[in-house]
Amino acid sequence: MQKPFAITLDVGSSLANQTGSWRTERPVYVDLLPPCNQACPAGENIQQWLFHAEEGSYEAAWRQIVQDNPFPAIMGRVCYHPCQNACNRAEVDEAVGINAVERFLGDEAIRQGWSFEPPAQLTGKRVLVIGAGPSGLSAAYHLRRMGHDVIIRESGPLVGGMMRFGIPSYRLPRDILDAEVRRITDLGVQIELNSTVTDLEAALAEGFDAIFTAVGAHIGKRAYIPAGESAKILDAVSYLRDVETEEDKPMLGRRVVVYGGGNTAIDAARTAKRLGAEEAIIVYRRTRDKMPAHDFEVEEALEEGILLKWLSTIKHVDDGKMVVEKMALDETGFPQPTGEFEELEADSLVLALGQEADLTFLEDVEGIEINDGVVTVDRSMMTGRKGVFAGGDMVPAERTVTVAVGHGKKAARHIDAYLRGTAYQPAAKHPVATFDKLTTWYYADAPHQQRPHLEGARRASTFDEVVSGLDERTAKFEARRCMSCGNCFACDNCFGVCPDNAVKKTGIGKGYEIDYDYCKGCGVCVQECPCGSIEMVPET
Amino acid sequence: MSSSSASPSSAESLDITSTSALTIHGPSTVADAGYHMGVVPEVVHDTPAATPVKFYQVGSFAVGNRLLPVSERSVQSDPKRFNSLTSGHRACQGCGEALGARYALDAAMRAADGKLVAVNATGCLEVFSTPYPETSWRVAWLHSLFGNAPAVASGVAAAYKALGRDDIRVVAQGGDGGTVDIGFGCLSGMFERNDDVLYICYDNEAYMNTGVQRSGATPPAARTATTQAVGDDPGNVFGQGKDLPRIAMAHEIPYVATATVADLHDLEAKVTRAMSMRGARYIHVMVPCPLGWGTASCDTIKIARLATQSGLWPVFEGEYGEVVASTPIRRQVPVEDYLKGQKRFAHLFNPVRRDEVIDRLQAQADRNIRRYGLLPEATSPTLPPIAEEANA
Ligand SMILES: Cc1cc2nc3c(=O)[nH]c(=O)nc-3n(C[C@H](O)[C@H](O)[C@H](O)COP(=O)(O)OP(=O)(O)OC[C@H]3O[C@@H](n4cnc5c(N)ncnc54)[C@H](O)[C@@H]3O)c2cc1C
Ligand SMILES: Cc1ncc(C[n+]2csc(CCOP(=O)(O)OP(=O)(O)O)c2C)c(N)n1
Ligand code: SF4
Ligand code: SF4
Ligand SMILES: [Mg+2]
Repeated sequence: MQKPFAITLDVGSSLANQTGSWRTERPVYVDLLPPCNQACPAGENIQQWLFHAEEGSYEAAWRQIVQDNPFPAIMGRVCYHPCQNACNRAEVDEAVGINAVERFLGDEAIRQGWSFEPPAQLTGKRVLVIGAGPSGLSAAYHLRRMGHDVIIRESGPLVGGMMRFGIPSYRLPRDILDAEVRRITDLGVQIELNSTVTDLEAALAEGFDAIFTAVGAHIGKRAYIPAGESAKILDAVSYLRDVETEEDKPMLGRRVVVYGGGNTAIDAARTAKRLGAEEAIIVYRRTRDKMPAHDFEVEEALEEGILLKWLSTIKHVDDGKMVVEKMALDETGFPQPTGEFEELEADSLVLALGQEADLTFLEDVEGIEINDGVVTVDRSMMTGRKGVFAGGDMVPAERTVTVAVGHGKKAARHIDAYLRGTAYQPAAKHPVATFDKLTTWYYADAPHQQRPHLEGARRASTFDEVVSGLDERTAKFEARRCMSCGNCFACDNCFGVCPDNAVKKTGIGKGYEIDYDYCKGCGVCVQECPCGSIEMVPET
Repeated sequence: MSSSSASPSSAESLDITSTSALTIHGPSTVADAGYHMGVVPEVVHDTPAATPVKFYQVGSFAVGNRLLPVSERSVQSDPKRFNSLTSGHRACQGCGEALGARYALDAAMRAADGKLVAVNATGCLEVFSTPYPETSWRVAWLHSLFGNAPAVASGVAAAYKALGRDDIRVVAQGGDGGTVDIGFGCLSGMFERNDDVLYICYDNEAYMNTGVQRSGATPPAARTATTQAVGDDPGNVFGQGKDLPRIAMAHEIPYVATATVADLHDLEAKVTRAMSMRGARYIHVMVPCPLGWGTASCDTIKIARLATQSGLWPVFEGEYGEVVASTPIRRQVPVEDYLKGQKRFAHLFNPVRRDEVIDRLQAQADRNIRRYGLLPEATSPTLPPIAEEANA
């Protein structure tokens, strides 16, 4: 080719110059464990379902939740959401309202009538689940989805365990509970009500391939309090259970005293108020900040006019009144008697001092070990007796619905492996997406959306649900506050900020690829990735 | 003139809706022509070029956003973007100038539908992109000298005007040395004649290509090869240097704006707005230089962001000599946060801390904040509307 004056070489593109050879470190995409996921006792992949919800793909979001937890609508009401305490967004403004979005999705599923996919294949293996509380139901659900035949035996007349006999309906409406349980029975899980298991060996002899026991902790703890003949003393769990199951609701009189500082005490007092008590007083021996009840529950009780009397113990109960001793905290923060007494007018006393598990049916079973009133299990949730697993309130762990559900899932996975003659190997945990890995500049300031509450005075006389849900608009807004910690959310930042155009977009949903022919290893993409999903590793 | 070998054929497939961000006020002929003809028109825009996406908390400030309709996404998020400056160029790792030039020219290419000529002054941008006989440019590109890019661009614009080709648009670009120092005379002439050229200055605050010598845009106290960190007043002196965006505004040209590589949406919107106008337009972009500033190569965008958030680098727009909009500071930081990460300012902290110098720089930032209204009264956060769904 004839070239212009002084031109000797053909024009070429700089693409011939592979600047990737300059690199000493290379960026790689990683998936980290978001702190919310890490904190969820049921092991939900929160970040992933929020991702779907952000897009308005509510069914996909719901299906993601129920991979791990069959009760989104229940969770969205009663879970104490440890995920939100772990949420990185709290360091930007406020934690993402994960629980509120979960409730929206759970309610949406009920409205739309979404149901579970039936098991792909049946295995013919039979599993007995003892107790239809959250733990038993969760295990049954997962086992059924894995294709096993599941029978639940429940001693009560209704399904749900403490979700029905403990948690009052102003916090968990029963139609919600029923709807989420029905989906599990629709899958083919059989529930035998009014059917207490008293002999585990006999049950084993019926030919079940494995047993999951989740009988909870239903016996109210007693404290010795001297009392007159006609003093009316009862325990909170039986009281709440009677409210739920009896035609004639138990009446406690005009002034009710509840003794204890936990969530059960609060629920008992709030329930008494709803059933007509003019005054409900919670007596607790330490101070408010030491109460095991969650602060929001104490707050809600106060709004309803419940009275709190802390630093007090009950010394004596008589008809119509009781004697209370004032306490003072010592240097170690422990309450000590002061010798100062006072009289309190009250028609009845409700003890809410904690619950114990009734494990008599396990006491003589070979291999099973009971320690401090709970059953010992190994890492696979199996008791000392081969093929017998246990979870929920009856094993040593925190006692919440969500922990119980998580135990059910975990046990189901191990039971499934046991039935197949293998061992379940959980996938290795990814490193955690800690706050320092994020570049939060890229997220807009967005105020946390609050769920509306019924007004205190109005709600205290009815069992109407106190907290209502977010609507679609606010739920979506809230979902979009998620920063997608540690997992690519397709923001195109790496694709945009590379000075060498070395990041390729591989198509919707497929993420990005680094073109190592041109990547010089400057690390801008790593630094600017909002969610910390790229890391630098040395070239070898 | 070396035209790029790969033709920007992707132009047709791009969704060109970027002008939708534009509200035009006043006589449209003025806005269209861009010539003020001795009469300063009313300010033509009363909203900033970039209207931030408020509702998608998820990555509102990121390059892309999967929740937005495609037409509202940034040019850079388009998988078929022009890549006006393609891979294989020889800029340092993490070069802000290479990044800024691609951001700006890709936006200009989209606005001009691919019919763009870029005139380049000597400097890193030219040297790293065109070692004979290779080129990284995928736009029609022309280089002549260090000091004459504005004059060459004026000539190119005049030539197309003579040919009746008002569809072909002209951009000129150069470093701060080429712009505020050696090219300043012909740039001022280009402004005065209101030639139909968009001039983009990539300001890395020194003559980087020849080894980091001081320019008229080097900030006070900064160490360069010619302002060493020695003596009683180490680094560059206070009270010298040129504020070119303000000098450009003094010419009362249709459009002047500042920007940085830290805010892509803002930069693209400004290029797009400038391209919607005619006459002499000027955009001054901060492009950190890891080599010259002594910053980690990964911190290029971060350091530019700190410059804006400290107030040292005001981001604003002016039309016909008036400031019309500025970008408020979102998360204010003291200038120290900006200075600390840079070796060119290391002598302010080591071996002894020089509070008096840091305070003087902070006073500069405070003055910018007052002058450009960078910290408006906090508006109470309201629930932003949820915009229409992405149609994808
Ligand atoms: C008043 C109250 C409020 C609470 N509020 C909350 C809350 O808001 N959020 C939260 O996370 N947690 C709350 N909890 C705790 C939570 O309810 C329990 O941790 C959880 O229900 C435990 O689940 P589980 O399945 O282990 O047992 P349970 O829910 O107790 O269920 C066990 C089931 O087994 C049945 N059963 C027992 N023995 C037998 C037997 N021998 N044969 C057959 N069936 C048997 C029982 O009838 C029961 O239905 C609350 C508890 C109480 C008491
Ligand atoms: C007339 C003339 N004088 C000096 C030079 C040498 N020279 C080439 S680039 C350059 C500095 C460029 O600085 P700047 O414009 O800020 O661009 P940067 O390299 O920093 O991007 C100099 C001095 C030249 N090419 N021509
Ligand atoms: S911001 Fe999202 S991913 Fe991160 S911890 Fe919170 S909910 Fe989880
Ligand atoms: S010296 Fe600075 S401006 Fe020049 S290529 Fe390197 S980083 Fe870019
Ligand atoms: Mg320069």
